[in-house]
Amino acid sequence: MAMLEIHDLHATVDGKVILNGLNLTIDAGEVHAIMGPNGSGKSTLSYVLTGRHGYEVTGGKIMFDGNDLMQMEPDERAREGVFLAFQYPVEIPGVTSMTFLRTAVNAVREHRGEAPFDPMDFVKHLRKSATDLNISDDMLKRAVNVGFSGGEKKRMEMLQMAALEPRISILDETDSGLDIDALKIVADGVNAMRSSERGILLITHYQRLLEYIEPDHVHVLAQGQIVKSGDKSLALELEEKGYSEFLDNAA
Amino acid sequence: MVSNTEAIDQVRSIGDQYKYGFVTDIDSEFAPKGLNEDIIRLISKKKEEPEWMLEMRLKAYAHWLTMEEPTWQKPKYSAIDYQDSYYYAAPKTTEKPKTLDDVDPKLLETYEKLGIPLREQEVLAGVQGAPAVAVDAVFDSVSVATTYKAKLEEQGIIFGSISEAMKTHPELVRKYLGSVVPYGDNFFAALNAAVFTDGSFVYIPKGVRCPMELSTYFRINAENTGQFERTLIVADEGSYVSYLEGCTAPQRDENQLHAAVVELVAMDDAEIKYSTVQNWYPGDEHGRGGIYNFVTKRAACRGRNSKVSWTQVETGSAITWKYPSCILQGDNSTGEFYSVAITNNAQLADTGTKMIHIGKNTRSRIISKGISAGKSDQTYRGLVRMQRGADSARNYTQCDSLLIGDKCGAHTIPYIESQNWSAQVEHEATTSRIGEDQLFYCQQRGMGDEEAVALIVNGFCREVLQTLPMEFAVEAQKLVGISLEGSVG
Ligand SMILES: Nc1ncnc2c1ncn2[C@@H]1O[C@H](COP(=O)(O)OP(=O)(O)OP(=O)(O)O)[C@@H](O)[C@H]1O
Ligand SMILES: [Mg+2]
Repeated sequence: MAMLEIHDLHATVDGKVILNGLNLTIDAGEVHAIMGPNGSGKSTLSYVLTGRHGYEVTGGKIMFDGNDLMQMEPDERAREGVFLAFQYPVEIPGVTSMTFLRTAVNAVREHRGEAPFDPMDFVKHLRKSATDLNISDDMLKRAVNVGFSGGEKKRMEMLQMAALEPRISILDETDSGLDIDALKIVADGVNAMRSSERGILLITHYQRLLEYIEPDHVHVLAQGQIVKSGDKSLALELEEKGYSEFLDNAA
Repeated sequence: MVSNTEAIDQVRSIGDQYKYGFVTDIDSEFAPKGLNEDIIRLISKKKEEPEWMLEMRLKAYAHWLTMEEPTWQKPKYSAIDYQDSYYYAAPKTTEKPKTLDDVDPKLLETYEKLGIPLREQEVLAGVQGAPAVAVDAVFDSVSVATTYKAKLEEQGIIFGSISEAMKTHPELVRKYLGSVVPYGDNFFAALNAAVFTDGSFVYIPKGVRCPMELSTYFRINAENTGQFERTLIVADEGSYVSYLEGCTAPQRDENQLHAAVVELVAMDDAEIKYSTVQNWYPGDEHGRGGIYNFVTKRAACRGRNSKVSWTQVETGSAITWKYPSCILQGDNSTGEFYSVAITNNAQLADTGTKMIHIGKNTRSRIISKGISAGKSDQTYRGLVRMQRGADSARNYTQCDSLLIGDKCGAHTIPYIESQNWSAQVEHEATTSRIGEDQLFYCQQRGMGDEEAVALIVNGFCREVLQTLPMEFAVEAQKLVGISLEGSVG
């Protein structure tokens, strides 16, 4: 049984059809990359998987560890180990990043039947991941994403992923807007998460990320479907040729 | 909140079952319903008050009779029949559950969430005979409270009930009582002056920094101060005191109208920090049966460099109507008002502050955070007045409203009056809604709806909650979440 199985998925937003018969299977231990033109539905897929309100599934099914994901609320999915690193992380004024992280981690721990962290223990627990991602204590004291630079926001998403230890991580353009050093830091963070227990789905526009995080499979999403799959060489090919081939096909 | 208010309602209905069985059991101190001079004389006599106090009460009463109940506020309420209430020693214990087993489990669940010890729960739920037991539960032991009291007395600090202070320190009480809120000030202040039964009195002598937070916890739970509470705090030159009023747990009370008066006096270089957490019974989801909380709170910054900070967290009552204010008379004096008001279901709140700048170089700062959910409605109403002599005075006001759902309302009504060209007034206001994107972000990190709302709202209020003393702040944060239960999803 695969960890995540998406079968013939149809989804609409505001009555508009975005996903139109999408199939994708991710096994534990695998890294998949999805590439595709702007507006092709990549972020929509990530929201459908995480259960965001307003993203309506009109057909198909999504199985996660053999359970019907669509029967679960967004927060249940998260506690079961579905994580999304947002393309545009959200600001929460007045809530320190540390408090936010601790609240999230404790929600997940409670679900797993583990004891919650008190504030002091949590600081210790977080230290190593924060250092690895070059996140200072000062940043953790600031309100969630408020006034963070683009790169800082993305690194904070990675810290959340590390702290929550999800089963499957969906990274929506986490590489966009990162400088070379930050890209390496993020890639190291993702590679550290790789294990036979976990699956990773990278959404990206750039082949460069895949030089640091080597994917097992690369897919092209266009017109609401996976129109082509291959190994990492597909990413190189796309970089060269662009997406016109797929767009013409569908037209 | 729904479950919470229902629970309290059920507690009340449990009480109703006992109502008739206890009629013969009423207190011997019990005076008949109604308000007249005889009742006032009786109150004064029972409390063994000095003659001047009785005179003040009677004057206040005579004045009250000439006054009209105000109607300018936004929340409207059904007419109160002042002759249909008890003003002294209303029959007690007739509506009380006998043990915690008689109390609705949902109410107990709320207490559980707030981490309130069992015996303290009994006091809050109004279980018969609980107070005597709970005094130790709340304060570890009676002896602890006594130790505190001895420690305070060593430094010359007076902290006790106002009735007691009238006997032990009549000169102080007489000098300051009614000096900030005169009985003619408003309808409810006049009523309070006529019939108040008890409250707190605090005096901090010159140069003394009160070594601990003074809390009404120490007294109010043990004594039934009733619906017309009267508090007077005087900080003499160079002194400091932090005073905490109220309780985070939902409190039952049979009295619908609460019309308290709080007066603060700060002399030269003195500072008073007054923090309130108000969580009276808000009524059911239609607002039926909730408390009307009509309070007059005012501080006189009489001395140079004096400072008063009001911090309030208002989550309870069916109607809250209050404007803790500062009269900035001394040069360089400072007034601060930090407020969080949360209304849910059918609650109404009309609250804010008045900063009256009289002295030179006076400063005021107003930070108001209003959160409306359900079908509730709230108004921030504030007055900043720069009088002629208020050279170089400054005010900064920030009013932020947060709406949850689309059936609630928020209004901001700032009045600014300036008679001094060198004074500066700054006002900022925002209104926002809890964003779907924020909620989803929290949920995607594993938080449930209510936990997410509590987190976001606590963030919104942070600036105000930070001004609370530590132990109060932690409780207030939990309360924010509990008050908004059922507001999303
Ligand atoms: N809330 C919405 N209302 C209307 N249309 C929407 C909404 N959300 C997404 N869409 C539309 O759905 C389509 C797919 O959007 P989506 O964000 O999934 O694309 P994407 O592949 O992630 O693009 P990009 O590479 O630019 O991030 C777009 O045409 C977008 O305009
Ligand atoms: Mg996208």
